[in-house]
Amino acid sequence: MAKAALSGGWIFFPRLPCVFYWERMFWLLFFLVPAIHTQLCQPDGENAFKVRLSIKTALGDKSYVWDTNEEYLFRAMVAFAMRKVPNRETTDISHVLLCNVTKRVSFWFVVTDPLKNHTLPAAEVQSAIRMNRDRINNAFFLNDQTLEFLKIPSTLAPPSDPATPIWIIVFGVIFCIVIVAITLLILSGIRQRRRSNRGPSESLQILLFTQENGVHPIFFSAEASHSYQVLVK
Amino acid sequence: MALTLESELLVEDSDNERPKWDNKFQYLLSCIGFAVGLGNIWRFPYLCQTYGGGAFLIPYVIALIFEGIPLFHIELAIGQRLRKGSIGVWTAISPYLGGVGLGCFTVSFLVSLYYNTILMWVLWYFLNSFQHPLPWSSCPLALNRTGFVEECQSSGAVSYFWYRQTLNVTADINDSGAVQGRLLVCLAACWAVVYLCVIRGIESTGKVIYFTALFPYLILTVFLIRGLTLPGAKEGLVYLFTPNIQVLQNPRVWLDAATQIFFSLSLAFGGHIAFASYNPPRNDCEKDAVTIALVNSMTSLYASIAVFSVVGFKATNDYGHCLDRNILSLVNAFDLPDQSISRDDYAAVLSHLNATQPTRVAQLLLGSCRLEDFLDKSASGTGLAFIVFTEAILHMPGAPGWAVLFFGMLFTLGLSSMFGNMEGVITPLLDLGVLPRSVPKEVLTGLACLTCFLTALCFTLQSGNYWLEIFDNYAASLNLIVFAFFEVIGVVYVYGMKRFCDDVQWMTGRRPGLYWQVTWKLISPLLLLSIFVAYIALLARKPPSYRAWNPQYEQFPSRQEKLYPGWVQVTCVLLSFLPSLWVPAIALVQLFAQRRIQKQQDMDPQLQGGHAC
Repeated sequence: MAKAALSGGWIFFPRLPCVFYWERMFWLLFFLVPAIHTQLCQPDGENAFKVRLSIKTALGDKSYVWDTNEEYLFRAMVAFAMRKVPNRETTDISHVLLCNVTKRVSFWFVVTDPLKNHTLPAAEVQSAIRMNRDRINNAFFLNDQTLEFLKIPSTLAPPSDPATPIWIIVFGVIFCIVIVAITLLILSGIRQRRRSNRGPSESLQILLFTQENGVHPIFFSAEASHSYQVLVK
Repeated sequence: MALTLESELLVEDSDNERPKWDNKFQYLLSCIGFAVGLGNIWRFPYLCQTYGGGAFLIPYVIALIFEGIPLFHIELAIGQRLRKGSIGVWTAISPYLGGVGLGCFTVSFLVSLYYNTILMWVLWYFLNSFQHPLPWSSCPLALNRTGFVEECQSSGAVSYFWYRQTLNVTADINDSGAVQGRLLVCLAACWAVVYLCVIRGIESTGKVIYFTALFPYLILTVFLIRGLTLPGAKEGLVYLFTPNIQVLQNPRVWLDAATQIFFSLSLAFGGHIAFASYNPPRNDCEKDAVTIALVNSMTSLYASIAVFSVVGFKATNDYGHCLDRNILSLVNAFDLPDQSISRDDYAAVLSHLNATQPTRVAQLLLGSCRLEDFLDKSASGTGLAFIVFTEAILHMPGAPGWAVLFFGMLFTLGLSSMFGNMEGVITPLLDLGVLPRSVPKEVLTGLACLTCFLTALCFTLQSGNYWLEIFDNYAASLNLIVFAFFEVIGVVYVYGMKRFCDDVQWMTGRRPGLYWQVTWKLISPLLLLSIFVAYIALLARKPPSYRAWNPQYEQFPSRQEKLYPGWVQVTCVLLSFLPSLWVPAIALVQLFAQRRIQKQQDMDPQLQGGHAC
């Protein structure tokens, strides 16, 4: 386009029925300006940023086609972001230039100053985009991973850390249950022992041995947990 | 007749005070719970996959028949017959063999220490599973919040959570670091749970075992069903079970099969002897031994199916992500439309681009994606549970629920094995009468648990993981083989094969057949001897080394191979054979005591008639 404008300008120039010097200058500038415009936006150009969209990955069946209307919206969002920067409140959509749109979808963009002869510094554009990143994402139903601004790192969301980590809560519950259970078991053991010490007469155990001459009973006390047992051979 | 009366008398004497099982099922569950442990989940599947899949089952079954079941039967029979813990049993068989009992007791103590430490890690992961998203699903943010922590970016979120946020591991075993507070409280909780369960011996474990032994089977079934319905499960199972008969020519396979059977059944710990000693005297211990051993092996197989279907799912997932990464590189570099290359088209498109623009493709540095590489990345031990499986769970829908179930299953599996370990420690202490009889049993178990807890504090240091690997590799392996060897020799040759067969006949009603007699007399001792020699040869072949997690290492996240420093090597050697030294030590002590008594009897004939202890 640049070449066509330039060559077109030179082709027309000698043929123009220009009487005045000013007329010739006017026609020259008329064709050169778009040429300069497009020269400002170039891949790897100064203060230019590459953008990459993955619409199909994000939206699947509901994905839209990337056409010039979407490009217009993008330029509008970038202009909106720039207008929020102090001293840049007069940024217009026409100041945002796009070039090299591929089928991927990816393209380069620059923001120019109102006179359209140089691009705004990269740092300003970067901070403006970072401030308004989620507005821009939402306009296209995308997120930080599917609408990538290469060279502009996104601020990652802080993890939602509750005041007390959850593991401490669960641990507290389990530990309390265990301690209570141990205490209960120890207390019941003490109570059982006290009961057995108090009543030896209820826990006699009679063991009968058969020997060759009759039965010899042998008495001795055992723990209360055993009931009466009589073994007869 | 006289023999029978003697047997009855021996039984009635101690019958009144010795605790008993509520029913046979409780006893079977306790033995199964002791035998089935973490190794069934994370060691057997790994061995199966490394040693030629289905072909590994051949040496495994042979080892089970000729080594596992005979030894197990001896332990159950001798415990049930003599009705004492390990120390009492071996002292009763022959005073010179008392060292075997003491050695078993020592090894049970050492294993309890590090086994409960693994449960501490499982508990930590369990506590952290009650949140969504799971904490090991993403890296923590770096301080400036534009990226993630660098160590985590290189290693991956799951490994970072294990090595840094759980263990906080140092780069070298010399560097002990500080005690980790969160691990310390988890360790206290674990030992409190163990104390709660063993507080009254088998009275309390007998109630809990119904849950801790059966719950893992339920969860394993749930995981099996879930695993088999995941995409990629079939590839994992095919990879696991494809037999490769060639691998059987490697003697290492046979050694690993024999040791796996041995440690999987938890032989020579003294725990099974203790459990059997609480049985009624007339109980069919032969059927019990065969049943429990078969259940243990079936569980290993069952678990490996569940584990490998999940591992296959994870490998397929990783393979898909690898392809996606390469596709994205191609699409971005050649400005092709988004999602224009599907995973199936990738190979064709890549070869086309390679043919037309080879230099640009080469610049992209695409890694090769092969499913076999991802399937090969399986691991054993803590690596399987805390890295591979936790990552696989992340990709399942409803991840926190699956994580809770998985770590709950691991915890109950380990807990039921801990009961056996603690019985191997507590029953000998009770039989020895270390504390006076008036002191309640709760105090003894409490002191035992407290001692173990305080000693295990060293594993909560930052280098604790390295020490645990040392204990795992050296504390139990050689010693148990020595004790098992002396067990067989002691029962068959010192106690007497005929006397032992008579006892078994009295208990079960059948005399042991030819299979039992041949394996007890000949095959098992020979097998144990050859395993012992092979093991020593293997350990001595190269100086022991460990793999350290060092973020400064050039090839991080690969772990750095380092040799153990001198003092650690000495510790390894001491751990390997000090417990075995009880055997000759006690034998010598007995010898000198006998000689002294003999001398006294010779000098003073009136003292004759007192029998030697």
